[in-house]
Amino acid sequence: MKKVMMGNHALSYGAMLSRSQVIAAYPITPQTQVVELLSEMCADGTLDAKFIKVESEHSAMASCIGASVAGARAFTATSSQGLALMHEMLHWAAGGRHPIVMGNINRSMAPGWSIWADQNDSLSERDTGWMQYYCSSNQEVLDTVIQAFKVSEALMIPAMILLDAFALSHTYEVVDVPDQAEVDKYLPPFKPEIRLTPSDPRAFGGLTGSEHYFELRYKLQKDMEKAPALIEETGREFEKMFGRNLGLVDAYRCDDADFVFVTSGTAGFTARVAVDEFRKSGVKAGNLRIKVFRPFPFAKVREVLKKVKKAAVVDRNCSYGAHGIFYQEVKSALYGKAGMPPVFGYITGLGGRDITVDSFKEVAAHALAKDEADEEIVWIGVRK
Amino acid sequence: MREKKAKKIVFNSAEEMPLMIASVGSQTHNLTGAWRNIRPEIDRTKCLKCGICWKFCPEPSIDIVDEWPVVDYDYCKGCGICAEECPAKCIVMVEERK
Repeated sequence: MKKVMMGNHALSYGAMLSRSQVIAAYPITPQTQVVELLSEMCADGTLDAKFIKVESEHSAMASCIGASVAGARAFTATSSQGLALMHEMLHWAAGGRHPIVMGNINRSMAPGWSIWADQNDSLSERDTGWMQYYCSSNQEVLDTVIQAFKVSEALMIPAMILLDAFALSHTYEVVDVPDQAEVDKYLPPFKPEIRLTPSDPRAFGGLTGSEHYFELRYKLQKDMEKAPALIEETGREFEKMFGRNLGLVDAYRCDDADFVFVTSGTAGFTARVAVDEFRKSGVKAGNLRIKVFRPFPFAKVREVLKKVKKAAVVDRNCSYGAHGIFYQEVKSALYGKAGMPPVFGYITGLGGRDITVDSFKEVAAHALAKDEADEEIVWIGVRK
Repeated sequence: MREKKAKKIVFNSAEEMPLMIASVGSQTHNLTGAWRNIRPEIDRTKCLKCGICWKFCPEPSIDIVDEWPVVDYDYCKGCGICAEECPAKCIVMVEERK
């Protein structure tokens, strides 16, 4: 059934169709309508789940962990400062191997107070051991929630689904809502091997000495390394059932491209308009949208970029004292491999400043005029 | 009877280890009450049997036995929340002596 809905509600519908059993959330800004709709669904019986209203985002994630340990499928949503407040519990969820799925609206970190888009909130959590999927349409958001539960529960690794504030979170689009019965076939109930139950009491996450901790973290990384193949496999399975593929990256007109914009989130769709315009004027441009950031799709990025002459990574984030974060990752994917193009890095759109077709034209004008990518950070759209 | 010592399991490789740390019954021998330096003592002549101490104990180390609150000193860490919350002020925190 097709519905017109905002990105926030695409997350809610994804959580509903996944038959989330526990939803714990803190309801105040920077929270969005994701959990508002879910609370209504729990209240009117559309969704058979326990909704726990907590006193902070830290407690929201702690409740999800408790639910997950008990064998329930747990979902929550947050944003910016809320995600930061969860930080300790994010490590706990990943280290304890609790496959929680969370929606996070990418909002800029305060100060100054901001509810507008950039990615520094979630990218600050990149080393917590969570998978990260950066989405660019409401349809992709809904579909990815369902897929993320499947992948996360297979690997026992939590996942966050990222949406640019307003550009996606509050923007209405047509979304094809899959049938519940079909989703049930794709995503069976969550059945963990070990769970917390009064009939078999255990203590989870206790003191772990140096003779075991190292191996546990090795296992987390090894399982994370299995994720790219599993995401592609479950994405193909999803396509077979629902007609939409869910991959690691989304390459647009990259096959014969000389020059590729590398983007994430909603900026990708804007980049495509720029790509089409460049193509009309004879520049063979393309767009590589990186959807999955953790695990980083190193092989996929190499596969696309090895054929092009120049790549320009456009970051809506900044690792202060270093560079754009996707830029660093893309460079590390290509470093030391023969025949790879120079990679240029750009920072734009912080604090919700619009990323427009003109932004991409400015990026292209800079990159196309240079032969070598040096380490300077190029800021697009900042009033210097 | 509580076991005196934990049975320590040592895994020799990552392969044989579970994904997560999930100990079985470690709290039966790990008596955390030893951390306590002040202990709650309940004066039954003033106690109202309201159960507020039982409800507020974060551990939970207060049991209700025949309607009376009874502190489980094997696990009570002496935080004093019960004494603070008791409406009848019948719980006194007393210094532990060796």
